[in-house]
Amino acid sequence: MFDLGTHGGFIVAAYAFTALILGGLVANALRDRAAQTRALKRFGEERR
Amino acid sequence: MSETAPMTPSLWTRLSNPGHFMRWSGRLGPWLAALSLATLAVGLYQTFLVVPPDYQQGETVRIMYIHVPAAWLGVFFYGAMSLSAIGSLVWRHPLADVSQRAAAPIGAAFTLICLVTGSLWGKPMWGTYWVWDARLTSMLVLFLIYCGLIALWRTIEDPNRAARAVSILTLVGAVNLPIIKFSVNWWSTLHQPASILRMGGSTIDPSMLYPLLVMIGAATLGGTTLHLFTMRTEIMRRRVRTLTIREAERLDSGARRVTPAPSPVALPQGL
Repeated sequence: MFDLGTHGGFIVAAYAFTALILGGLVANALRDRAAQTRALKRFGEERR
Repeated sequence: MSETAPMTPSLWTRLSNPGHFMRWSGRLGPWLAALSLATLAVGLYQTFLVVPPDYQQGETVRIMYIHVPAAWLGVFFYGAMSLSAIGSLVWRHPLADVSQRAAAPIGAAFTLICLVTGSLWGKPMWGTYWVWDARLTSMLVLFLIYCGLIALWRTIEDPNRAARAVSILTLVGAVNLPIIKFSVNWWSTLHQPASILRMGGSTIDPSMLYPLLVMIGAATLGGTTLHLFTMRTEIMRRRVRTLTIREAERLDSGARRVTPAPSPVALPQGL
């Protein structure tokens, strides 16, 4: 493992927080895309 | 008699047409995502295995490799939103509003990352998580403006009305961008002055500067990929809205057609 020195906790916390926020942002974008794709598909089926 | 040559649309017009945008962004998206991940992998490798500890900050300098790219993207996306706001207000371009709406949550997320990672760096280096310093405060104001814009979109149901209101507020908030950039020069701040983009070149040693530039590149590529992805989703959402309204109108007119007119026989006597 890396030796992050005496302030390692702050470094880990900074990277963990960044991963959490970016992970949430990407997950939300994927969830939203899936919802819109489903809605468009429903209209496509209705039009057929 | 004069003959007029057929007008060929410019490259910009073709790229910004929603139909064309969906085609080219769909093809470009996976390549951009792969490039972002590859650049991020190189950047993280350099951050943790190549960059030496700073002579003053020690290992804590590694927080800078996420803090600086996050700050850059917080400002970058607000700049992009301001340009889109002009596109919305002046040309009423449909993609301008889509771009603005898709950029706001991404810009807000990066600004929040900048504030929190800055705080986590500040505690061991300055001895405090927060000071009401001009740079820190102007970044907090940027985050609050992002939150206000997102809230305003959710308040106004009609997208056209929302676009105008949000565009005006975005342009008012753009005054904050030069304040963020020059706050460290205009006021005596605890935050250090500009060390990358400054007259006379960067003050950072190349062994630390190049990995930082790689991380900034990775964040910019990743943010752009996400922006294109969410813009495509926003276009789909507007298509769903249009289809829903059309469907409601179709059902409404159909219902009116099949509803039998009230028979005079059924009416009460005297009417």
